[in-house]
Amino acid sequence: MILRKKCMAMLLAGGQGSRLYALTNKIAKPAVSFGGKYRIIDFPLSNCVNSGIDTVGVLTQYQPLILNEYIGNGQPWDLDRNFGGVHILSPYQAKEGSEWFKGTANAIYQNLYFVKRYNPEHVLILSGDHIYKMDYSKMLERHIETNADCTIAAFEVPMEEASRFGILNVKDDGEIYEFEEKPKQPKSNLASMGIYIFKAEKLYKYLEEDEKLEGSRNDFGGDVLPRMLSLGEKMMSYRFSGYWKDVGTISSLYEANMDLLGDTPNFQVDDKAWIIRSRNPIAPPHYISDNAKVVNSAVISGCEIYGTVENSVLSHNVEIEEGASVISSVIFSGVKIKKGAKIVNSIIAEDAVIGENAVVGAVTEDKKIAVVGGGITISSGKTVEAGAMVEKDV
Amino acid sequence: MNALGIVFSNIHDNNIPELTQVRTMGSIPFCGRYRLIDFALSNLVNSGITKVGLITKSNYQSLMDHVGSGKDWDLARRSGGLHILPPFGLKENVLYTTRLEALRGAQRFIARSTEEYVVMTDCDSVCSINLEEVLSYHVHNNADVTLLYVKKSADSIKSNLTKTVLNVNENGRVEELSFDPRVQGDVNLYVNICVLKRTLLQTLITDAYSHNYSHFGKDILARNVNSLRIYAYEHKGYFVALNSLVDYYSESLKMLDRKVRDEIFREVDVFTKVKDSAPTRYGASACVKNSLIADGCVIEGTVENSIIFRGVKIGRGTVVKNSILMQGTITGENVSLNAIITDKNVVIKDRRVLSACETHPFYISKNNII
Repeated sequence: MILRKKCMAMLLAGGQGSRLYALTNKIAKPAVSFGGKYRIIDFPLSNCVNSGIDTVGVLTQYQPLILNEYIGNGQPWDLDRNFGGVHILSPYQAKEGSEWFKGTANAIYQNLYFVKRYNPEHVLILSGDHIYKMDYSKMLERHIETNADCTIAAFEVPMEEASRFGILNVKDDGEIYEFEEKPKQPKSNLASMGIYIFKAEKLYKYLEEDEKLEGSRNDFGGDVLPRMLSLGEKMMSYRFSGYWKDVGTISSLYEANMDLLGDTPNFQVDDKAWIIRSRNPIAPPHYISDNAKVVNSAVISGCEIYGTVENSVLSHNVEIEEGASVISSVIFSGVKIKKGAKIVNSIIAEDAVIGENAVVGAVTEDKKIAVVGGGITISSGKTVEAGAMVEKDV
Repeated sequence: MNALGIVFSNIHDNNIPELTQVRTMGSIPFCGRYRLIDFALSNLVNSGITKVGLITKSNYQSLMDHVGSGKDWDLARRSGGLHILPPFGLKENVLYTTRLEALRGAQRFIARSTEEYVVMTDCDSVCSINLEEVLSYHVHNNADVTLLYVKKSADSIKSNLTKTVLNVNENGRVEELSFDPRVQGDVNLYVNICVLKRTLLQTLITDAYSHNYSHFGKDILARNVNSLRIYAYEHKGYFVALNSLVDYYSESLKMLDRKVRDEIFREVDVFTKVKDSAPTRYGASACVKNSLIADGCVIEGTVENSIIFRGVKIGRGTVVKNSILMQGTITGENVSLNAIITDKNVVIKDRRVLSACETHPFYISKNNII
């Protein structure tokens, strides 16, 4: 039997995530914490595994150390395979010279050798900055059924937000006839989710051609896909209707975390039929003391809570001392919140220390989110204003 | 650490018959997310032991399910790693009844190993022990066998004939092993963890078989207390052995004390099987006081002085006090529980009221629906 994969995935995880500011100073966006025990990349990786895709190339570039370590041999996702599995692909020095990944298409182009080794029939392109649960196998089924050269997953966004997205204009049967990148006057509200399935030969052909084109930015959305359409390839859309959130900004990352809360959360991560796998922390169960109060929140192992937690998401090993309160906030792992400190509408990154009686964030009408970067110390009694971005000790 | 680990998963099954009905002692759930064997395995792994034989006897499916390939303890290895040693079908075709017979079944595994020393441990206790220190103490004393002990009051071991008490001289050498609990004051209680040379262990096993000995403590250690250099090492940190259901209950609830938790979890990692549970979600009406809550729970009611394992659901209006709810227990709405231990996957329907006494907790066995 010739070894080949029906479909493999290439996950673009090199983005700098500059709109996450302090949260991505030291780590790539896909490695940013989410929902207490996850990192953003757990979602596309778990989706792959749950969809039966066992070969994933993860393209890294910006601050890859934590991401690389996190993915490791892929064992938490059952991606430690003899043929297939997860592989980290970083920019490398080739005989013709070395270069950083220029655009999304160039990143895949530079790693076509890796893709071809698995001789796939189809290639799924994913990005590492979305929170969603999606069965790619259904999309692949559709892609094969319609004999499309490329299928693009699409999501209906509110019409007033459509101008922020790449919009697909489609016929009744879902075939795409026009792309509009962030149109001022959108004709439809069907946004591209940045998830593509290509017939492998078409992908090779267009990436190789795109590489030779002068003036191309080597980007899927801007260059490769429009060119394929203009040359008459069959491009289909695939509508997705579940929860999907681009967490590329502080406010969207915050909102997505809040979507996990409530008696019937907007986004459920405790779905037995679609388990989100992650590298689990090694820590005892969390403890809630006699004087503590924890309501409408998500908490995981290793936390020691002696204060108040409301409407918040806590990662592992967070310590909240007596009299401290955490309201409507997202706290990453290892954070210490000392006595009497008050945290409101904030995101506190890994291992930060909030001193006694310090105040971080405030309730404002426009819901500004204060952010304290990883490892930062806020001294006792200091105040961090609503919406502030703290990247140095205060 | 140049030592082989041998873990006895079954030896004390009779201590807590309620909990070992469907499992071995080693797979008894403890502290929200662990099994007793996790503490034994973590002690070995954290001390640098990378090859472990796990001796099993019966009911060991849950244990195998728990340890799997050993990867969660970093024991899934090409060289060394975790070896499950089920009863070896000898000609007599009977299951072993004593530690010595169990060791005889594991003889080939021990002979094939190349490590110089062997650390043997049972699964009935919760503690964090640095075995490297024990080994260097063993080597320093030029000992043949080193036994670990803790100081306990004699009262705490009364009415338990399985306990071994050590009489230790000022140099740390064991002068006498007694198996009689009629003692008073503080005693040196052997905790069923010992270190010895692998080749010595092999000799002892063979000798014991040829003399038809059956008891490792009585027939080997006690008889040879003069001819073997048996030393004792005192473990001064937190230690608890679980001898009964009441013990299990009260020692579990002691984990609510931060000092006790720090003794076990602060310095080292205690490894366990990874479950990929979601974060625990607290509803708007949740009220939790002095409790340990594992991942994957949904808490919408009140929980006080309790230990809640992974994947437990506490319904609205439900009040759980002084209880231990194991993995997957589901309580409906307006349930009231006090001093209850539920085993895995127990379902308690709406408006049920169950109350026991803290000195006599009530145990509900696996998969029951109330």
